[in-house]
Amino acid sequence: MTTGASATGALSAPLVVEFPFTRSLGPVQSAFLTGLRERTVLGVTAADGRTLVPPVEYDPVTAQELRTLVEVEPTGTVTTWTWNPAPRRGQPLARPFAWVLVRLDGADSALLHALDAPGGPASVRTGMRVRIRWAAERHGAITDIACFEPLDAGPADEDPPTAQPRPHDGEFADPVTGITAPARLDYTYTPGRAQSRFLAALRDRRTLGERCPACRKVYVPPRGACPTCGVATDEQVELGPAGTVTTFCVVNIKAKGLDIEVPYVYGHIALDGAGLALHGRIAGIPYDEVRMGLRVEPVWTEDSRYPDHYRPTGEPDADYESYKELL
Amino acid sequence: MSDDRPNGAAGAGGSREVAVVAFAQSDHVRRADGLSEAEMLLPVVREVLDRTGLDTERLGFVCSGSSDYLAGRPFSFTMALDAVGAWPPVSESHVEMDGAWALYEAWVKLLTGEADTALVYSWGKSSGGDLPEVLTRTLDPYYLAPLWPDSVAVAGLQTRALLDAGITDERELAGVAARSRNAAAANPRAQLRSSPPPEELLADDYLAEPLRRHDLPPVTDGAAAVVLAAGDTARELCARPAWIRGMDHRIEAHSPGVRDLTDSPSTRLAAERAGLFDEGAPAPDTAELHAPFTAQEVILRRALRLGEDTVVNPSGGALAANPVMAAGLIRIGEAADRVLRGTSRRAVAHATSGPWLQHNLVAVVEADEAASAPGTDGGADAAQAREESR
Amino acid sequence: MSSTGKEPVAVVGVGQTRHAAARRDVSLAGLVREAALRALEDAGADWADIDAVVIGKAPDFFEGVMRPELYLADALGAVGKPMLRVHTAGSVGGSTALVAANLVAARVHRTVLTLAFEKQSESNAMWGLSLPVPFQQPLLAGAGGFFAPHVRAYMRRTGAPDHIGAVVACKDRRNALKNPYAHLHEEDITLEKVRSSPMLWDPIRYAETCPSSDGACAMVLTDRTGAGRAPGPAAWVHGGAMRSEPTLFAGKDAVSPRAGSDCAADVYRQAGITDPRREIDAVEMYVPFSWYEPMWLENLGFAEPGEGWRLTESGATALDGDLPVNPSGGVLSTNPIGASGMLRFAEAALQVRGRAGEHQVKDARTALGHAYGGGSQFFSMWLVGDRPPAG
Repeated sequence: MTTGASATGALSAPLVVEFPFTRSLGPVQSAFLTGLRERTVLGVTAADGRTLVPPVEYDPVTAQELRTLVEVEPTGTVTTWTWNPAPRRGQPLARPFAWVLVRLDGADSALLHALDAPGGPASVRTGMRVRIRWAAERHGAITDIACFEPLDAGPADEDPPTAQPRPHDGEFADPVTGITAPARLDYTYTPGRAQSRFLAALRDRRTLGERCPACRKVYVPPRGACPTCGVATDEQVELGPAGTVTTFCVVNIKAKGLDIEVPYVYGHIALDGAGLALHGRIAGIPYDEVRMGLRVEPVWTEDSRYPDHYRPTGEPDADYESYKELL
Repeated sequence: MSDDRPNGAAGAGGSREVAVVAFAQSDHVRRADGLSEAEMLLPVVREVLDRTGLDTERLGFVCSGSSDYLAGRPFSFTMALDAVGAWPPVSESHVEMDGAWALYEAWVKLLTGEADTALVYSWGKSSGGDLPEVLTRTLDPYYLAPLWPDSVAVAGLQTRALLDAGITDERELAGVAARSRNAAAANPRAQLRSSPPPEELLADDYLAEPLRRHDLPPVTDGAAAVVLAAGDTARELCARPAWIRGMDHRIEAHSPGVRDLTDSPSTRLAAERAGLFDEGAPAPDTAELHAPFTAQEVILRRALRLGEDTVVNPSGGALAANPVMAAGLIRIGEAADRVLRGTSRRAVAHATSGPWLQHNLVAVVEADEAASAPGTDGGADAAQAREESR
Repeated sequence: MSSTGKEPVAVVGVGQTRHAAARRDVSLAGLVREAALRALEDAGADWADIDAVVIGKAPDFFEGVMRPELYLADALGAVGKPMLRVHTAGSVGGSTALVAANLVAARVHRTVLTLAFEKQSESNAMWGLSLPVPFQQPLLAGAGGFFAPHVRAYMRRTGAPDHIGAVVACKDRRNALKNPYAHLHEEDITLEKVRSSPMLWDPIRYAETCPSSDGACAMVLTDRTGAGRAPGPAAWVHGGAMRSEPTLFAGKDAVSPRAGSDCAADVYRQAGITDPRREIDAVEMYVPFSWYEPMWLENLGFAEPGEGWRLTESGATALDGDLPVNPSGGVLSTNPIGASGMLRFAEAALQVRGRAGEHQVKDARTALGHAYGGGSQFFSMWLVGDRPPAG
């Protein structure tokens, strides 16, 4: 993980949010996307008789369910466009292209997609005639349309054909009922100045809390504000290193992406001097002997930002009364 | 619509008046250096509470607006509550929308009579992600989002439609950009506070034809907070409450292909419901419009029927500072703040949400006795406001 | 605050989807639509009768759509209308209903459609809940491990015997057999089966945890006039409140959070309830892990501190007890996260309308709907009755 620190010493690090979402389609979207796989473009007849392409499940004006499918042409007219000089990850084309809304012949609404325009923005204009360029491999997704491409210019350019939508039953063999939509977004996470101070001290194996100037409670990890008083905390207080297990659970299921052998004990640990418990793993003792009130201390390892775990100090257990307010 | 009241807002509660009594915002910057959301929010919340002398215990309601997708973390709003000091526990809610809608929810709460005061806040730390790319995730997940059309593409398609229709031209759009950023010279919180003249802007290359860089908002980290109060409480808390005379919001269909991208019927309808066009009502002297892209201001001016008498975006608007999820609340705050300071008698504020201005909110805020005839102080103040904004 | 002149709010339509681990037969729009249409049908209403839509769900990351209400506007007949999107973590379904109720109470609108949903099968809630955050030590995945230490603290504090959690799980799953919409229908559930199911986060066993569901819930809320026109009986809102406290703070009582008890007290005050145990006929409370039933019984004032488990053990909270809790089967049987809170509110309404079918509590006239979320920090509740509020 590449982490950074700003002029104020505040930390940041990359945060990737990525998941292949699995989307079920419902009947209309299923027919449309299956149709694309078969190089067939379907629309739906709206309540006012318009043909909507792409077909929507519910009427944009009346909200009524739409199910009457029709077929339209793979050619159409650009209704508006904008140039994209630097395509991003996931966009239809890797080289500069135009985003376009295209009203396909036979349709009354427009579909958003990319237009491959090797001639650059000067070659694109509203009203130009285009046709679908099909993807070589099609699976039943909007990306089965690779993009649009210009239709050879001609007289028709000025006067698009008045194609009529044709009835279609929407039936295909082996219909597509779902799509997988991978999505990755890259963030830079900033834990904040207070947490950065806390993390910096951890590097020296010291746990620093911060005291609220109003209620005098000590927060660990500090979060920049006393959450009950709504004021900034800035007085640093060194805590522990020992503390008391206030409560815990024994974890018996292995979580994906978590490199901890089960069973293990996940505990709430009130470090001496802290106003509330922090969370950590408790080890160095059989898991079924961990108990509330157990006195523990941190165990550090070379490569870890946090204590690897907490182990018993050997002191007598803390009295319930002494930590019950910290539960 | 079956709602047979001519004005949903005016009919509301009947007797309760609600006003903005304080507004605060952070410095708007490209990157809030090292601050967590709560740390960015804390001084702003403190400022409105200190200014009104309210503490958490006296707040009748708290409502915020933000987006997990900006933060990159689910439940991101839960830790932001740290900035409020929510103890003893507060009556509190959150919308996954721009803070303008949090203010709407709070306004409704006050109209019910269940609360007399409300704290509204919102924040956006756009620097955490690649904002244009993040915003692709607001689109229809079957037909649009898989193509990853970013917010610049979305704006470009709308701008082109407007240019093609002959409703505006590139010279006017450059004028919107220059006017907005030069107006922000008077707004110390804004991010972009000056602009070359339109002719110079037009000499630039296209960023993404038909858009030049000046047509786009900056990417901004920022936060804002507002205190609302009802009736006499509002009068106790400040000298010149900014009374919310009406507020309404409307959404449109999602798919761009079924909409007329050159118009904003939802803005017009919301404005009508908010009482902007009421017979005999004077034109607003001030408008704060949430138009992150230059062409959107043109669409909104037309929908709101704004003329020469109205100063648009004296704060600089979203073109001068665009903390996503807070930029709409800031429009209401800025409009109200002018009333609070006595430089506006009747202002209209607008917030938008979603692609292609899909969802729009309109609020009309007024000083006491705003209906006084033209030529009175109101007119003079408005003239002064126009002067200030130049 | 006594004389607010609020418009009374009536629930005249309730609808929910069939809930399942994966509703692969519908899109996101199709899912919400199923609940919405059932609510409209129940209310005898059409899309044109709806003045505004208030929608809620848990984090957008669960479906990977940022502010999905924008795309759902068409499916929910919201075009040309106001649409609000609420997100208050697990309590969101309840909060969403309360925001909608306030629109009617404030006379901003006459008739409002409110809806909450989650389609967990579009991703994986475990993933959505446990995205790794830089600089934080990865210790856990999922909500069970987060809540298990609090359950242990409850057991320590009250001396509750080990089997109480199983009693709740068994009861709720049996109740779900009478609810055709419920996700889990475990015909052969027994106390012994629950007690012998794997211990996941000791002291929480597998059978004591909620499932992951796809589902939606919708309600039509209206004013006095609207209730008069509705074909069926109304449930009337007698009190509603939200309360929040910080996620983690010095002095927090995670077992019985003050935000929860304050919220309940506010609702009871509005409704004129002084003895909830006696005056409330049915409770739909948010119990994602079985032990939360005795915990919330205390927090909500149905039992003295330390005595909640005795109420559960006594059978009072069973469908035929004197304080039935979760007659629908509750969150333990159906958990479309964002909708789970609204299901509690809606099931409470069904009870006082006499429309709960096989899981109807006999003569239920007053019912409480309860939801919570975040780190036991966000609460929303409403109390509904079969008659309009006095005044």
